Amino acid sequence: MTAVARIYRWELAKLLAQKRTYLGIGAAMLVPVIFVVVLQIQSGGPNDVPLGRYIRDSGIVTPLVVLLFMSIWGFPLITALVAGDIVASETHNGTLKTILTRSRDRGEVFAGKTLAAFTYTLAVVVGMGVVGVVAGSIAWGFHSFTSLSGTPVGAGRGLGLMFASLGVYALPLAGIAAFGLLLSTITQNSAASVVGTLMFALLMQLIGVLPGTESIRPYLLGTQFDAWHGFLRTPADWAPVVRAFWLSAIYIVVPLLAAYVVFLRRDVAGE
Amino acid sequence: MTDVPPVVARGLVKRYGELVAVDGVDLTVERGDVFGYLGPNGAGKTTSLRMLLGLIRPTSGRAELFGRDPMLAGAKALDGVAGFVEGPRFYPYLSGRRNLELLADYDEPRSRARIDEVLELVELRDRAKDRVGGYSHGMRQRLGIAAALLRKPRLLLLDEPATGLDPAGMRDMRDLIRRLAREGLTILLSSHLLHEVEELCNRVAIIRKGTIVYQGALGDLLATASTGYRLRTRDPQRALAVCLAQRGIDDVSADGDELRFSADEDAVAELSIALGEAQVPILQLVTDAASLEDLFLGMTGGESSDHDRVPAAVR
Repeated sequence: MTAVARIYRWELAKLLAQKRTYLGIGAAMLVPVIFVVVLQIQSGGPNDVPLGRYIRDSGIVTPLVVLLFMSIWGFPLITALVAGDIVASETHNGTLKTILTRSRDRGEVFAGKTLAAFTYTLAVVVGMGVVGVVAGSIAWGFHSFTSLSGTPVGAGRGLGLMFASLGVYALPLAGIAAFGLLLSTITQNSAASVVGTLMFALLMQLIGVLPGTESIRPYLLGTQFDAWHGFLRTPADWAPVVRAFWLSAIYIVVPLLAAYVVFLRRDVAGE
Repeated sequence: MTDVPPVVARGLVKRYGELVAVDGVDLTVERGDVFGYLGPNGAGKTTSLRMLLGLIRPTSGRAELFGRDPMLAGAKALDGVAGFVEGPRFYPYLSGRRNLELLADYDEPRSRARIDEVLELVELRDRAKDRVGGYSHGMRQRLGIAAALLRKPRLLLLDEPATGLDPAGMRDMRDLIRRLAREGLTILLSSHLLHEVEELCNRVAIIRKGTIVYQGALGDLLATASTGYRLRTRDPQRALAVCLAQRGIDDVSADGDELRFSADEDAVAELSIALGEAQVPILQLVTDAASLEDLFLGMTGGESSDHDRVPAAVR
């Protein structure tokens, strides 16, 4: 095992030993369950969102509709909860100096932390997806459903598309995680980083709905949360998916690079 | 490479805006030294140690551990070096053993095989399964030493290792440091307690307001300074007469069967011979710790915040 892999493993172990990790993953898994239960009790449905009308067609649709509802602040908050804390909490505990006086370079420590934050981000999205499909399928069965273009999608292929959608959805979320890491590194304060990251995510959404921002809208981070819609058209619309890839890459790399440089040069003193 | 001193600092400066925390510190710690870095709280000891360990970037100057600058060599400069600054810190939500396992995995070579051994050494084996969050200050301090020893260091940097410990804990900590020194470790130990440094160290640097005011052998410091002595004897009257007649023995005062005077080491050596020739039975002839304290206070401008000093043991 390389050094970074060892650090990554310990970063995951540390996350698994902390309450906030379970708070985030728990919340992400609870939302689809609540969603399904409420729709079982009520007769109406979320008809004003894409796929909302077909929510009772198949359990596969459940996670996709939940994605739409959690884009504004749900997933950004859950992501910020860990990404904003992952460096700041070590400064707060004083443990950063403990691990930086062993044999690992700062760059390796930073890489391990980044990978762990991304892993958590992916885990909450996939966790929501799995719970959503199971809960939805218990309520409405595991059937074929109707795509955004109005054509039927078989259950097996639909499940694959659903997970592909979750993967594409996780890309802009990783951008938010990267921003959280940056704030965590700069502010050295967990609460400030979590709130600041959430503010950033909300701001990205806000700019997108302001009048006159139509020309830049495709390039905003918030817009990329809808890129997966392309998968659910017939034929598949790859343009938004491709854009989500390279744009999210920019939103990930720029803050990460900045955070890396700060982390490498920063004074590690007491609080 | 083998004759490079474990610690060399030249012109270390650390400035925080207007405040100069460390102002041109030169330090040399030779192999085998137990080096006391002495100064009142806030004099710049911890800041210096942080720069040595590469945790903070010097404003100017350089630090080298076994010839390697942590600012240039990164973690490589810490090969064979271990220790802690400002008290050891651990993950409170992990057990003592898990904390050590984590740190062992951050070491090169990995040091997991030594965990039981170092836990045994600091007598924490029974509590190793408990979360560090529930540890007392003394236990954390000991776990800090254990974590440092995991690395099999040749140089140990300890920042106020005995501070905050109860008297028994302090004694255990000092016994451990003495034992490690006997095994050939070079130790740089910061302290604001003069008697602690005096008890453990062969060489000292005294820092005041970010500047080194003395650096050298502890013995030289004591020898050059005119220090207070106490003499207990079976025959105080005759002893008093000998003292008063002896050159270099000043400020003589009698207090029951005890005499007090100030002198340098050479004068004391001559006095002991004179007392012997005069057939004065000596029960005790010792330096007066209180006056050593005065020496330290004089050098550090009387700023010692030496509140938790235990009474000097009878030596």
